[in-house]
Amino acid sequence: MGLWETISGRTKPKRANLDALFLVPSAAITLQTAAGLTPTGDGSVCYRAASGAGFHQTQAEVLALLRGSADAPEVQTSSDAFGFTWLQVHRDPDDPEGMAGLCTDLHAVNTTLESEGFGPGLLCSLVPFADPAGRRVGLVYLYKKGTFYPFAPAGPQQRDNLLELQVRDTLRAELPIEPELSGWLALWGAPGL
Amino acid sequence: MARSRFVGDAGLTVRMTTVIFLLGALLVVLVVGIGLAFRSPGIGLLVAVGGIGFAVYQWANSDKVAMRAMRAREVTPQEAPELHGVIDRLCALADMPKPRVGVADTPVPNAFATGRSPERAVVCVTTGILGMLTAEELEGVLAHELSHVAHRDVLVMTVASSAGIAAGALTQGAQYGAFFGGNRRDNNNGGLPIWLVVLVVSLVVYAVSFVLLRLLSRYRELAADRAGAYLTMRPDALASALQKITGGINQIPQRDLRQVRAASALCIAPAISGVSLKTLTSTHPSLEQRLEQLARIQAELSRPGAQ
Repeated sequence: MGLWETISGRTKPKRANLDALFLVPSAAITLQTAAGLTPTGDGSVCYRAASGAGFHQTQAEVLALLRGSADAPEVQTSSDAFGFTWLQVHRDPDDPEGMAGLCTDLHAVNTTLESEGFGPGLLCSLVPFADPAGRRVGLVYLYKKGTFYPFAPAGPQQRDNLLELQVRDTLRAELPIEPELSGWLALWGAPGL
Repeated sequence: MARSRFVGDAGLTVRMTTVIFLLGALLVVLVVGIGLAFRSPGIGLLVAVGGIGFAVYQWANSDKVAMRAMRAREVTPQEAPELHGVIDRLCALADMPKPRVGVADTPVPNAFATGRSPERAVVCVTTGILGMLTAEELEGVLAHELSHVAHRDVLVMTVASSAGIAAGALTQGAQYGAFFGGNRRDNNNGGLPIWLVVLVVSLVVYAVSFVLLRLLSRYRELAADRAGAYLTMRPDALASALQKITGGINQIPQRDLRQVRAASALCIAPAISGVSLKTLTSTHPSLEQRLEQLARIQAELSRPGAQ
């Protein structure tokens, strides 16, 4: 933070970095071939719903936008224990274009929210994967940092750290992975995991 | 181009920078005044260096001192999972390093942030506030405290107070000078004893610095309110939290207030209340002022989008 920001006591809210989502489809293929993890067809965006009419209107617009297209996915919203809202999108996982369509949907959500000035409220995006043994790993994208990290819950308040590190090593060359392990925020109760 | 819902407050920025500039000018006045009294610029500079040095020492130890003053202890994520979880998410939203978390066991509802930089910071809450607020309101309060950390308020306030610290030390020293130095007069000053000149200059500087620092503290609080409201996107949560806390503190009996006096300036609401709260000497803006700013932010956030 610069000297002027320190003196004037004003931090600019961090702008979200939206475009890296389009790296996910090729990362999904790598995960499938190298680690046997297949996408579940879900994808979700986690954001802070602002209070007031403006945000509700924007959210309604987003939902209408997603549901209005020709090959519309299933869309629903829910809120979690921390008061954040999850907007979940589901597309058929067997469809080869499914993952690309999913990322386009998530990107549409983000850009709509950002264009209405609610970009600072975006927390993360989540794309869950599952392996044949039933373990689930979510690929989380943090908007403010512009980096990805894996999150593999293995029970209440427990993470499968080895699986997470394995996913990190698999995807290291393709995606910007969050280098600080302390930044791998746990998302307990996230939809799809 | 994405639209921004940030409500800038040019007036607040102008007032804040003016006060900071005046505090810097005050240090110069002190240096010059002392230099003239002793007819030696070196002593004036020594005083300034001493004041700044002590301020830096205070800043470096701010987290330990404040934690001890409020009798707060650090808690791990296992001990307070919800508290850590809320702070985790707020830090991810703000893209700032996560501070240490502490809890103070006292019924006075309050929260404070301290520490010399965002990398070495602590955010503390009291058990009183944990019991009093809903999860959303607590999140608003924590966002306000994290904004203090992000704005480096501890550093700014400590540096800004260096003139006052030096002047305060000189007032003490000048009184000793009167006692021991007798009537050593500087004939070039028309017979005024040196200690008197030093005493008067440092008293004036101390008084002006006191008022200016309180003013600066109020502006920083408003800036932290604003940043916290934008972080959570819920100004109404912070507003209702402030109303609960300010009401709550007035009901706490006198004897608890003395232990929080030292750290009051870093808290979300002045921990000392009901004791001659004249606006000039208050470290926090009035509740009405804070609510008014939050209402402005709320109006901007809830304005329907452009079609």
